[in-house]
Amino acid sequence: MSQPAPGTGIAEVLDAIPADQRTPTFNEPWEAQAFALTLALQRRGAFTWSEWAATLGEEIKRAQASGDPDSGATYYRHWLAAVERLVREKGLATEDALHRYRDAWHRAADRTPHGEPIVLEPRDLT
Amino acid sequence: MSHDDHDHDHHDHDHGSHLSEVQARVRALESVLTEKGYVDPAVLDQIVEHFETNVGPHVGAKIVARAWTDPAFKAALLADATRAVVADETFGRVGDHLVAVENTETQHHMVVCTLCSCYPWDVLGLPPVWYKSAPYRSRVVMDPRGVLADFGVTLPAGTAIRVWDSTAETRYLVLPQRPAGTDGWSEEQLASLVTRNSMIGTGLALQPGEVAR
Repeated sequence: MSQPAPGTGIAEVLDAIPADQRTPTFNEPWEAQAFALTLALQRRGAFTWSEWAATLGEEIKRAQASGDPDSGATYYRHWLAAVERLVREKGLATEDALHRYRDAWHRAADRTPHGEPIVLEPRDLT
Repeated sequence: MSHDDHDHDHHDHDHGSHLSEVQARVRALESVLTEKGYVDPAVLDQIVEHFETNVGPHVGAKIVARAWTDPAFKAALLADATRAVVADETFGRVGDHLVAVENTETQHHMVVCTLCSCYPWDVLGLPPVWYKSAPYRSRVVMDPRGVLADFGVTLPAGTAIRVWDSTAETRYLVLPQRPAGTDGWSEEQLASLVTRNSMIGTGLALQPGEVAR
């Protein structure tokens, strides 16, 4: 069995995260939201864990193929891509609707003074 | 969790706010799915709170400590971990099919998910960053001893290593060896020796001298 090349070890990953034992569960609120959305959808039977694992695995492979270092730090980006894809494939929401709401959230952010909570209003969904 | 945390770290105007692309995508998902009645924002908040406060390696550590002190529980755990853990409500809910594998003098177990990051959330919380990284996922299968060395663990040459690949349906919990010199310790004291890594197989339980008794 061949040995892996130097520099590809877990040691580099560990070195980059010296206090890993104490890192927060989620680095940013959007990661927590993406995680919770996925659990909520699975619990109501929108997809199975097998479908989830297969989709997430594919998204990770796809990201690796396009140059993502896949060091674990970008993990929730792959997670988000996977849940978006399942939501589309299962017909829970169309790509069109997701786009419309994405634009609406950007508009809501634009009109919200810095420091105040960003809230979506009907006027953002033009 | 409210939506007003951390939203302003990319602002590039003197006025107005800014959402990063991923922030806007997650909010769009939640808005659409909420509007259609597929998710309830209150439930989402409960899920996040549960994973940030209730679950974590301390749950697994209690299970291991119980197994070290209660032979009947240990036998039940190794026979059917999900059933053994569910039967004891102090451990909380275990949704996935949980399998416990026991480390011995001659056999060491390690856990990975080569596909993505399947992990026994209910007993260990969410996985550490290295567990989700490509180097760990790819290397632990072909060079488990080298990976252990990276974690500062050296096993006797005669100890065999088995690597378990998690799936969406089956998650593994390593039952580490109980350290010598812990006779008469309470379950609570023993649990303090059980690290997260020792339950993934990338570490051993702490020695008595490594914790304040």
